[in-house]
Formats: sequence, structure tokens, C-alpha cells
Amino acid sequence: METLKRTPLYEEHKRLNAKIVPFAGFEMPVQFSSIIEEHLTVRTKVGIFDVSHMGEIWIKGKEALNLVQKVSSNNAEKLSVGQIHYSGLLTEKGTFVDDMLVHKIEDNTFLLVVNASNVNKDFAFIKDNAKGFDAQVENQSDNTAQIAIQGPNALEVLSKIVKDCDLSKVKYYWFTYGNVLGEKCLIARTGYTGEDGFEVYISPEKASELWQELLEKGKDYGIKPIGLGARDTLRLEACMALYGNDIDDTTTVLEADLGWILKFDKNCDFNGKSILLKQKEEGIKRKLVAFELIEQGIPRHLMECYSEKGKVGFVTSGTMSPFLKKPIGMAYLDIEYTGAQTNFFVDIRGKKVKAQVVNKPFYKRQKK
Amino acid sequence: MKYTKTHEWIEVEGKTGKIGITDFAQKELGDIVFVETPKEGDKIKAGTQMGTVESVKAVSELNAPASGKVIEVNKELETAPQLLNEDPFGKGWIIKIELSDPSELDSLMDEKSYKDYIAEQGH
Repeated sequence: METLKRTPLYEEHKRLNAKIVPFAGFEMPVQFSSIIEEHLTVRTKVGIFDVSHMGEIWIKGKEALNLVQKVSSNNAEKLSVGQIHYSGLLTEKGTFVDDMLVHKIEDNTFLLVVNASNVNKDFAFIKDNAKGFDAQVENQSDNTAQIAIQGPNALEVLSKIVKDCDLSKVKYYWFTYGNVLGEKCLIARTGYTGEDGFEVYISPEKASELWQELLEKGKDYGIKPIGLGARDTLRLEACMALYGNDIDDTTTVLEADLGWILKFDKNCDFNGKSILLKQKEEGIKRKLVAFELIEQGIPRHLMECYSEKGKVGFVTSGTMSPFLKKPIGMAYLDIEYTGAQTNFFVDIRGKKVKAQVVNKPFYKRQKK
Repeated sequence: MKYTKTHEWIEVEGKTGKIGITDFAQKELGDIVFVETPKEGDKIKAGTQMGTVESVKAVSELNAPASGKVIEVNKELETAPQLLNEDPFGKGWIIKIELSDPSELDSLMDEKSYKDYIAEQGH
């Protein structure tokens, strides 16, 4: 068995008495105080997350853009320097190797931020696809720590620490560079919570200092450290997909209802293009939907879904929503059941519990 | 009060047993958001599943510490499952049963044995 890795913030988590669990090959904090309390802190104040486990893969060189275009479903040609978009890293079948954020660093340099559980697979996959391209692929995951600052007070708290830049000018899904405790860091206005916030990429050596500084400077703003448990409930309320639950190498981009990251019109071929085009023309047979339970219970990953006629799909993610205080989930359902307000049943330990398809997302923040 | 290896407690008064989960159990589970209990009149059997407790992240089986007929269910848990976190030995009780075989309780742990048992599990 492979030994578990620790992020540079492991000692901070121990000091804060976090409950530590194995996740994606790392010893990660799943909760610090209570998942519900942490969740609500991010929705109403500000929370910080250790996301150093995430993978950072760099693509550099004359044909960096061409390589990104080949493996990514979105159109990186449309990105300006400093801009970011969400995308799929696709197999030849149009299914997901992973999902990722693509950052355009310079004209010939891209940073792909990928899931911790997939870093090695993604790196090998991209390198494999890089044959014949004048581009270098580097895995910098072990040399990069990452802290996410999320919530309505994120801008104010982070602005107290970052020097030499005005974070309020950074638009959503753009990044800038700022002086963070003497180090030049990439600071992106991105996140996985449905709230406003930032993700700071920092050296492992400086990570603890930034973590402590955030907790100190954020005191008056109600800051709290947030674990993976609340990260999962936050992203689910915002209907952001989780690799391994909602998407994987058996689900296509179209089935995942992520057609907006699929750019057929980009002027090059990309992995899965022909299969996805065909699927689009013929129509998909199943789709990822958001749903609520109408009766009591909590839906969970892999529970089966039924109509009067029989099995119609399965739950990919489910929880009791801490903010909306009702049982919510996402599921792949046969296409005829995917319209809003369609009723179906979730089999919860042998009991058929009534559910209804609803519009995505469950939660959307009020824009200031 | 007596304890099971699966972290339920039972408090006996005459022929009535009041059942809940331990403080250790609620801490392990985290925020409890749903409790599924047997109904009044249901018969439960010692050592078998009688319901479920769900936290935000996990589902946990609720096992019967003793056999008997359910005579009362804590209705407050329907709207306030967090009582299991807040007061596991008090307001967070789950059901009351009429014991069918009080001798079953002899095989359960007393407080000291239960504390040792938890310590053994590395906590």
C-alpha cells in the first residue's frame, strides 16, 4: 500500500484538532468543528481551505496551445493572458479523464489545475498526447501549495495580506499576481463553493505562514478553517461536478450536462470530438440532473432511481443541504425523466422515496 | 446505563428501556441530520438493526441493545435530529421499549467496560 502524503499544512490541521481522513492519497482534514457550521461560515462569512492536494500541470512551449486544444474540451484559443476557464480533459470516447481549470499564463504557457486523485493519470495522459507536439509537460503538484479563501468576506480578508495588487479589480475566473508575505504568488478568483473567493498558489515553505496570517487577519470577519466535508456539501449546493461521483471515464460531457465546456467550433480536432458530435446529433440517452427528495430521507452516492416502470438511473451525489435544509442530490436519469418537476423514486435501503427533478443549481449567490 | 459494542446505550427502569447513542458515537458521526427509528408497536430484536442515523457525510446503523416492543418514539428528533449531538444521553434519546427479556442486558458493557472498549479502539 502506498503511504499517504501530507500537505505542507498538515501540522496546522493537527494543531486545530481537525479530524483527518485519507483522501486521494493524502491525509486531509475532513472537518475542523462541524460540517454544518463550516458550511454556513463560507455562505455567510469566510472560510479557508487547504487545497494543496490539487494537481498543477504546466504545459509550455511553441505548441502549448495546440496541445491544450487537443486534450481539452473547451476552446483555449479564446482565453486572454490572465484568464481561466473550466474544462474537461477528455478521452477518445468523449468521457472524462478529469475535469480541470485551464489558466492562460502567457501565450505559450498554460497551467492546468486538476484533481488530486487523478494527477498521475492526467500527467501520463497529457504526456502521451504530447507526442509530436513542440511542448513540455511538467507536473509541479508537489512543489505547489494552494489555499482557497471563500465566502462574502474573502476579498476583504485577503486584501489585508496581499500587497502590490488590487484584488477587487480581478474579475471572476481571472487571475493576477500579488506579493504574499514576500513571495510573488498567482491569485485566481476561482473556487469550488458557489461563493466569491480566491485560490492562492504558494510555495510549500510559505503555506503555513499564509494559513496562520489568514486566520489572524480574518478573525474580525468570522473566518474559520474548512474541511473536505463542507467543501463537498458547498460544491453540491452549487451543482459543481465532483470527479469520481458525478463524472468519470464512463460519462460523456454531454451526459454530464456540461455542453457549455464543449466547443465543437474550435478550429482543430480534439479527443472525443467525432463521438460527441454523433452523440449530440442522435441525442443523449441519459443526463445528470439535480433533484430534491419530496419525502424524508437522504440520497447517497450510487443509490438506484426508479419510476413505476423500473430502474431509470442512479444517484451520483447526495446530502442533506446545510444551507437549504433539505435533502438534495444529483443523478443520471434516463432522458425521458430529466425534465424539471419530473417525479421519480430513490431506493433508500429498500424504501422507495419520492424525488423530483429541479433546476440547477440549488444555490446561487446574490451578486453584489 | 449499559452500552453496546456498536455504541448504543440503554437505561432501564422497571421493565422499560430507554435507548440512545453514546457521546462517542455522535462525535464520530459529526452533525446528525436524520434519524430513522422503528414505529410505536414495532418489535425489535437485540443485536439487529432497528434504524439508521445519518450525518452530513455518513449513514450509520442503529442496533437494538435489547429485545422488546417499542412503546414510545422521541418525536422531537423528526424536526431536531441535532439533539443527538447536543445531548446524546438526555434530550437525544431515541426510543423506549418494553423489555421482553431483561436478562439480555447482562451481556452488555457497563460504563467502565465501555470506556475501556473505546480506549482500546485507539481513541
